[in-house]
Amino acid sequence: MNHPFLPLLVMFAVASVIVVALLTVASLFGPKSTNAAKNDPFESGNPPTGDARIRFSVRFYLVAMLFLIFDLEVVFLYPWAIYFRHLGVFGLIQMGIFLVILTVGYVYVWKKGALEWD
Amino acid sequence: MQALLDQMIQEGAFAGVPKEVVYTIAMVLTAVVVLSAFVAPLAGVTSWLERRVWARMQSRVGPNRVGPQGILQWLADGIKNIMKEDIIPTAADQKLFPLAPYVVFMGFLCAFVVIPFGESLIVADLNIGILYLLSVTSLVVVGILMAGWASNNKWSLLGGMRSAAQIVSYEIPAGLSVLTVVFLAGTLSMQGIIKAQGWRPWDWFMFHNPFTFCAFFLFFTAALAEGNRTPFDIPEAESELVAGYVTEYSGMRFLFFFFAEWGNLYVIGAVVTTLFMGGWQVPPVTDNPVLLGILQFLTFFLKAYFWVFVAMWIRATLPRVRVDQLMGLCWKYMVPLSFICLLGTIGFMFMDTNSRRIFGAITLGFAIATIINFFRRVGFQFRSAKPEAYWKPHI
Repeated sequence: MNHPFLPLLVMFAVASVIVVALLTVASLFGPKSTNAAKNDPFESGNPPTGDARIRFSVRFYLVAMLFLIFDLEVVFLYPWAIYFRHLGVFGLIQMGIFLVILTVGYVYVWKKGALEWD
Repeated sequence: MQALLDQMIQEGAFAGVPKEVVYTIAMVLTAVVVLSAFVAPLAGVTSWLERRVWARMQSRVGPNRVGPQGILQWLADGIKNIMKEDIIPTAADQKLFPLAPYVVFMGFLCAFVVIPFGESLIVADLNIGILYLLSVTSLVVVGILMAGWASNNKWSLLGGMRSAAQIVSYEIPAGLSVLTVVFLAGTLSMQGIIKAQGWRPWDWFMFHNPFTFCAFFLFFTAALAEGNRTPFDIPEAESELVAGYVTEYSGMRFLFFFFAEWGNLYVIGAVVTTLFMGGWQVPPVTDNPVLLGILQFLTFFLKAYFWVFVAMWIRATLPRVRVDQLMGLCWKYMVPLSFICLLGTIGFMFMDTNSRRIFGAITLGFAIATIINFFRRVGFQFRSAKPEAYWKPHI
């Protein structure tokens, strides 16, 4: 209450204590027996073949990049939204130009087929 | 909270104790109470209620053995999970694997800091409230990616990657829909957004204009997708991915993932209520602050829980979508639609109050007509199908 973010820190600390306490209790009560088959990764009952850290589809990277671009755009809009009434028509025109450029980018991405998932 | 504490200090209730110590103790106590007496039973009871509601919708009984109507099922499940072995596979990353459920759980718990249960019932009314909530719930993505990668299991990796792609994609329509409300309220603070609305339905942002009405549905859909709920639960699609990113988890760590999922349902309901449905606003019926606080809490809780129930209903009704349908829906429909909603709302802000109210009334009328039509259709289908309905809600 001296600092607005102090309650956040307290909440975080209390939550950590609760999580650690629950895990400690669980490790006290739970059975501990190990064997090789139990500690293998699950692959539908078959013996696991190779490592799971193989290359995966490039589409996930594409989604990540699109997310970065468009989420940054949304973050840029938040300050404008708060000061919208103060900035008035001038701010609207400025942000309008920004949004038009962004829309052109969106249409380009769509036409290039980056939004397809096949 | 703050005002009450100041008043107690003024009256000398904590004589001889430094002010900072009182504040810190009060904050720790609030956090403990919110977490253990509200969040834990809430997530637990939601898990039980979901199984019950789902069972009734499928003409089954559901869990009804532990406690009255089975309401203590969640405690039994929790105790059972504490008694289970905590397996960490030898092939898994020994540091990241145990840490992942913790990150997911933290991301969900920290969202409760800014949820306004009542006018004075809020842990901290941050001035960046809704932005903080959007960002801290994104911590869940990190946890899910960690879980998927660290498990060193092909199912887990696929589930984790799918989940991350889905959550980050749906973050954009969600963010744009929230933005429509931020434009109208002119603030990011959760209490500020609620105070910009009123207790009457036509004062809610949901019925402000037709575009916010659309934004509401877009936000709810995107929030369901971010919470990995059916029909968007492909990351844990048991028919193709075993259990997705939780395949290798057991015992308490497994429980943390699902605790976060059910708790998140309430967070979704609470955010929808805050942004679009007037939050805790109640008609001015009493001057008693305690009574008013209880009334506000109940109003907020019931509104939020209604959307939790709708999410359960959707889960019982709709089939799961495919991956390409999921991503296509987000990028090709929801992003442009939420963008149009945003622009439309900006347009409405330039309109004078009287003509704006006419559009608000039309929106409200349309919503009421839709609901009436929905129940008429349900009634018609129900009568024409002549089911052997069993109306008793409990058994």
